[in-house]
This record gives sequence, structure tokens and C-alpha cells, in this order.
Amino acid sequence: MRFMMLMIPKGYEKASPGTMPDAKHVEAMMKYNESLQKAGVLLALDGLHPPSMGARVAFPGGKPKVTDGPFTEAKEVLGGYWMIQVKSKEEAIEWAKRCPGLENEMIEVRQVQEMADFPPDVQKAASNFSELKKGSRA
Amino acid sequence: MEAADTHRAIDAVWRIESPRLIAGLARLVRDVGLAEDLAQDALVAALEKWPETGVPENPGAWLMTAAKHRAIDLLRHRGLADRKHAEIKAAPDVRERSLEDALVAAIDDDIGDDLLRLMFTACHPTLPPEARVALTLRMVGGLTTEEIARAFLVPEATVAQRIVRAKRTLAKAGVPFEVPRGAERAERLASVLEVIYLVFNEGYVATTGEDLLRPGLCEDALRLGRVLAELMPQESEVHGLVALMEIQASRAAARTGPSGEPILLLDQDRSRWDRLLIGRGLAALARAERLGGARGAYVLQAAIAAGHGRANAASETDWPRIASLYAELQAVAPSPIVELNRAVAVGMAFGPAEGLRVADALLSEKALADYHLLPAVRGDLLEKLGRVAEARAEMTRAASLTRNARERELLLARAEAIGGPER
Repeated sequence: MRFMMLMIPKGYEKASPGTMPDAKHVEAMMKYNESLQKAGVLLALDGLHPPSMGARVAFPGGKPKVTDGPFTEAKEVLGGYWMIQVKSKEEAIEWAKRCPGLENEMIEVRQVQEMADFPPDVQKAASNFSELKKGSRA
Repeated sequence: MEAADTHRAIDAVWRIESPRLIAGLARLVRDVGLAEDLAQDALVAALEKWPETGVPENPGAWLMTAAKHRAIDLLRHRGLADRKHAEIKAAPDVRERSLEDALVAAIDDDIGDDLLRLMFTACHPTLPPEARVALTLRMVGGLTTEEIARAFLVPEATVAQRIVRAKRTLAKAGVPFEVPRGAERAERLASVLEVIYLVFNEGYVATTGEDLLRPGLCEDALRLGRVLAELMPQESEVHGLVALMEIQASRAAARTGPSGEPILLLDQDRSRWDRLLIGRGLAALARAERLGGARGAYVLQAAIAAGHGRANAASETDWPRIASLYAELQAVAPSPIVELNRAVAVGMAFGPAEGLRVADALLSEKALADYHLLPAVRGDLLEKLGRVAEARAEMTRAASLTRNARERELLLARAEAIGGPER
């Protein structure tokens, strides 16, 4: 089964455009990433630019409305993610615990939905509109 | 934390830590069976202690310390026995100190080399294949005996016995804890790759039982393959195997229909293929090809799988290329199964008559006498040639030969669907 480890760094919601992590922290994280890779559990990972460089698209009344970052009302924002393949939620948590996280950082561990998790009617709908599989269920 | 939660947490720690633990201990005691026993003792200690105290902050270190103490007791005991013969006069505390230092060093070191040694030892050709599989999953994959038994649909006692016997065989044969060099290395690596692919296939094409797919085993095999690729980055066949497994696994969700019936490659809804795994597979294949040299059997199979993986629709498949890759594979690793696959590719590339010519040449092949896919392939080609009665007979024969219940249903449905008068 797959899990996303979502990195939520406190303060990143206010970070100015172009903010980069410091080299020391990156080095520690690289070691961690390498340990995930060596253990054969890492599928993918990415770091995200601060929200001040992004935008949010909401749908008030079913119509798209775009707000440019930073998002002053946001309490938590994503800083990056790892996708790992492990045997259990407990194992995903164990891997998250090994991350050299900073005082302000938090990792949310979430299981990735698989087709088999859905009841037959949803599976059928998904197989008819399979392009939706990746985007719409997040 | 509830006791059940603690046990699940211990399982998770065990899966992550046990390969390192066993590998580090094996370097020290030079006996993988003993190393595994010592690691198991540490696990038992954790199972006793952690439900009371909670899982320690650094559970890996805790397990290592527990195993270390057991190892020191054991080595001290052995050391005393040795001393009688060798008359070593070192003071006990000095001996103990250096032992402890050696152990800490062994465990704290980068255990990469030890993990590789562990893999090669567990896959030693002196063991029967099912013992290699059980030992590898247990010692390198971090699976429990119960998990292995469940995955292979055999009683737990059978797996336990396999493991005990395998450890005894290794000890008796005096198999050294090392990665062999020279000519032996290639042969032994082939055995390691074979074991990993065997695990994958057991999950991918369940040979027994009702289910067509046991994804847990595929994931275990992929994990082992990815670990090996990090340990042997210069071996193109390792990357080839990883590429092959990643790409095959990418089709898992598309391989079965809503009621569990199998869907053949060319009929699969390709939008359900896992793009992440295809991308990983293609990257692994590129890594293999960058290393250069002659293409081995796994690299070639991965190249064939990639040929399908790159095509967004079955109709976009580059069949002449796939047919020629099968011919190359047949030259590297001759097998009637490869030739049968080549028949399919040739049929797609150059027409059913050409394909049938290749398939018919296999009719005298003893190894395929009871293999359901030969009549299935012939049935398909015959149908395309309009030889309906023969096609139906072959498809029915294929159904009678498969051991997989789902596959039988599919083949019978195919046979029934072949209709119309003889052209």
C-alpha cells in the first residue's frame, strides 16, 4: 500500500517568494531521502515552492475563483511530499518518525486510495471515467 | 497505546530494522542462521517489554542493543570454549570490551555490504528454490513466517520448517558470508534475481487459488529489487529486473475486470496503468542501458515491457520492434515460452499466418505439451485466419489446461465467442 507523507512546515504560509531551505537542513533531508531509497520504499518525492508563488482556485457557487498567494487565511500549507510503498500505516508512521524534522515541521501520513478500496459501483464509475482517477479524488 | 497497536508498531519496526540487524550480526558471528536467531531473540524481548514501556524513541537502536547483548553472551561463551584450545590469556573485561566495540562497529557501520552478503547467502543455490524464497523474504524482506505462509497459501509450519532446514543446510555446507567474485558471482547473482522475480510472479500470476493477483508479494519483490539496485548499481541486469517488475506492476489495476476476471494486455484500459510505476520502470531501464554491455535477459524483457508501456493505445504498439526483441531474448535465454511470445509479436507485426508458423513449430515441444497458452495463442491466430472450428477447439483445450479458475472462465468465454461459419 502507498502512503503520502505530507510535509507541513509552520510559517511556510508566510514565506516570501523564492524562499529556500538552508543547506544544512537540505543535507539532513537528503540523507533521509537516501535511507528511504535504500530501503526500497520510496516511490516519489517533491518539494514545493512557497504558496506566495502559487495560487488557489476555489469554486464559490460552482464558479472558479482564483486567489494569488500568499494565502493570509491559511493556517497550514504544504512544503512537499514523499510517496512511499509500505506494508502498513504503522510502517509509514515509523518512516515519518525517522525524518530529521525541525521544530516547526509536521508530517501528515495519509494512505493513497487504491481502486480496490472502493465499492463496486464507484469502481465501475471510475473505470468508465478513468482519466478522473488521479485528479478528482484527492 | 493499546497492546494490539503496540504489536503492529513492533511489526513495522521489525520490517524496517531486521534486515540491517541480521546483516550486521551475521558479519560478526559468520552464520546467518545464528544471526537470525539472535535478531529473533531481540524481537521477543521487544514483544515482552514494549507493551509495558511503549515503543522506545529509537526502536532500531533498542533492538540492536538487545541483540548485541545476546551476541556478547554467546560469543563470550564460545570464546571461553575457544580459549581452552588456544590458551588465550586476555583479561575477560578486555575481551568483552573489544567484543562489544566490534559489535557496535558492525552494527553502526554502513551495512550495505552486509545486506548484500545476506541476500547472496539467502539465495544460495545449495538451497531449493522455495527455501531461498522463504529465507529471503524472512531475512531481507522482514516478513514474518506467518506472512510468508499466508502469501504462498501454505501452512505456517511448512514455512517455519523450510526456514529451519535452510539455515541448517547453509551451516552444514559452510556457506561463507560473502559476495562471491569472479565467475561464481554472475551465477550467484542470477540466483538472487531469480528468487526476487519468483516472488514477484507468485504475486503477479497466482498459479494457485482463486485470485489472479496477490499485490503484497509484488510489492515485496519490488522492494527487494529496489534495495538490490541501490546495493549493486553497476549491474545492468539488476536494473533490468527492477524495470521489468515496475512496468509489469504498473498494469495491476488494469489486469482484472470488476468481477476479478483477467483482462489481456492488449484489451486493457491503458488509462488505468500506473504512470508513476511506468516512469520508474523506464528510468530503471535507462539506467541499465546506460551501463552498456550486452543486453541480458531481464534488460530485454524490460525493453519489451517498456515497448508496451510507452504505447498509449494497443494499436500504437511497435510490434516489429517487440518481435525483434523477442528474437534477441531467444538468443540470450532460449525458452519455448519466449518463442511462443515471439509468435504473438510476429503475428501482430507480420500477420497471423507468420505468427502461426512460429507457434506451430512449438507443437512438438515437450515442455509446452500441457501449457495452456500454446493452444490459447494458436486459437487466437487460427481465429484471425478464419479457421473457426480449429480455433474453438484450441481455445477449449487451453481452458482445460489452466490451473487458474479465473483464467479458465476467460478462455471458455473466448471459445464460445468464436463463432460464424468456416471461411
